[in-house]
Amino acid sequence: MSNGAAAPLGLEAVGVECERGERVLFSGLSLSLGPGNLMLIEGPNGSGKTSLLRILCGLAQPSGGVVRWCGADINQARDQFRAELIYLGHNHGVKGDLTPYENLSIVRDLACAKQDVTLDEALDAVGLADFADRPARTLSAGQRRRVALARLLVTQVRLWVLDEPFTALDTRGVALVERMLAAHLAESGMAVVSTHHPVAVAGVDIVRLELS
Amino acid sequence: MNATPGVFAVLGVLIRRDLLLALRRRAQILNPLVFFVIVVTLFPLGLGPEPNLLQKLAPGVLWVAALLSAMLSLEAMFHSDFEDGSLEQLLLAPQPAFVTVLAKVLTHWLLSGLPLLLLAPLLALWLHLSPEAIVVLMASLALGTPVLSLIGAIGVALTVGLRRGGVLLSLLVLPLYIPVLIMGAGAVDAAASGLAAGAHLSMLGALLLLSLSLAPWAAGAALRISVE
Repeated sequence: MSNGAAAPLGLEAVGVECERGERVLFSGLSLSLGPGNLMLIEGPNGSGKTSLLRILCGLAQPSGGVVRWCGADINQARDQFRAELIYLGHNHGVKGDLTPYENLSIVRDLACAKQDVTLDEALDAVGLADFADRPARTLSAGQRRRVALARLLVTQVRLWVLDEPFTALDTRGVALVERMLAAHLAESGMAVVSTHHPVAVAGVDIVRLELS
Repeated sequence: MNATPGVFAVLGVLIRRDLLLALRRRAQILNPLVFFVIVVTLFPLGLGPEPNLLQKLAPGVLWVAALLSAMLSLEAMFHSDFEDGSLEQLLLAPQPAFVTVLAKVLTHWLLSGLPLLLLAPLLALWLHLSPEAIVVLMASLALGTPVLSLIGAIGVALTVGLRRGGVLLSLLVLPLYIPVLIMGAGAVDAAASGLAAGAHLSMLGALLLLSLSLAPWAAGAALRISVE
C-alpha cells in the first residue's frame, strides 16, 4: 500500500482485521490517506463501516494489523494523534441539558481551537444562530447533528473521521457538509467518511473503499 | 503543531461542565443526600431513643449510610456521557484519560462527599455523639469520602457499558469499601470512647493517597475497554 514516500504525513492502515463475535467482518484491509485526500467508506449495513472507523481513530483495537499516524503506531503516539483528530459517530456527544453554545464552548476549550472563528460564527454557519441559547434536547435530530458538525468548524485538526454525517440532515445540511469537507481538504486536511449518500466535493480526488 | 490546552485547564473545563450539568439535573444531586438523612434517622426510630445505645451505634451507622449514599450516586458518574457519546469524545480528546477520570471524581466528591460532610454533624447530634467524636467524624469523612469516589470510579468505569451494571457495581465496589468503613467507623468509635483516633485517621490518609495514585489510571484503562 505504501507508495514508497519517505515520511508518510497521514493515516495509514496495514493488514487490519476486525472480528465481531465469531464473524470476521474484514481482514487484510490496508489503506492510506494523505493531505487533501477524502476517503469514502461504502458498503451495506453490517459490513463493518463503523467498526473500521472506530479502529482508525483508536476507539477499538483491531484483531490484527496496525494503524499508523505519520508513521507511528496510534497506540504509541496516542496523544499526538488525538490532538489531530475529530471523530463524529452515531452518538455525537451533544449534551441535551446544555445549549448549543455551551456544548460548543466546552468542545473548543478541550481541543486545539481555531483562533479566527468565534462560536457565534460557527453556530451561524451551521444555521443555528437562532437556537444558540435553547437546551439542545429541545432541538430536532437534524439540528443536534448540526451542533455536532459545528465542532468541526471551531477546532483546528487535520483528520476528520465522520460516521454517516448526513444522517438526519436536510438537503441544505448535506450541501453544508460537502462545503465544509471541500474547505477542510483545500487546507490539506484529510477526511474518512462512511456514507450511503453520493458525495459531491468539488476538485478533490475521492478514494472509495467498498466493504462487503 | 497547535497548542493543546494544559492538564489543569482541562480539569477546570471538565469540572465546570459537570457542575453545570448537575445544576440542570438537581434531583440527581439531592437524592443521595436525602437517602443519607433518612437512613440515619431511621435508626433512632427503630431502636428507640436510648442515648447510650445510639451513641454506641452512631459511628457505624453514619459510616454505613455514607457508604450506601456514595454508592447511589456513583452510577451517574459516567452513565449519561456513555449514553450520548460524550464519553467517546472525552476519550478521544488530546488529554490522557486519567485527567477525565480525575475531573469526574472531583465533581462526584463535590456533589456527594462534601454535602455529606456538612450534614454529618447534625445527624451525629441526633445520635448523641460527643463533640470530640463529631470533630473526628468530620475528619474521617473528609479523608474517607474521596476514597469512596475514587474506588467507585473504577467500578463504574468497568460496568458502564453493561446493561444492568447496577448490581454488579455494588458487588464490585462494596468489598473494596470495607477498609474505609473499618478505619472511618473505628476512628469515630475511638474518639467516642475517649481514645486517640490518630492511627485510624493516618490509615485513612494512606488509603486516600494510595487510591489517588492508582484509581484514575485504572479507571481510565477500564473506560477505554468499556467504550470498545
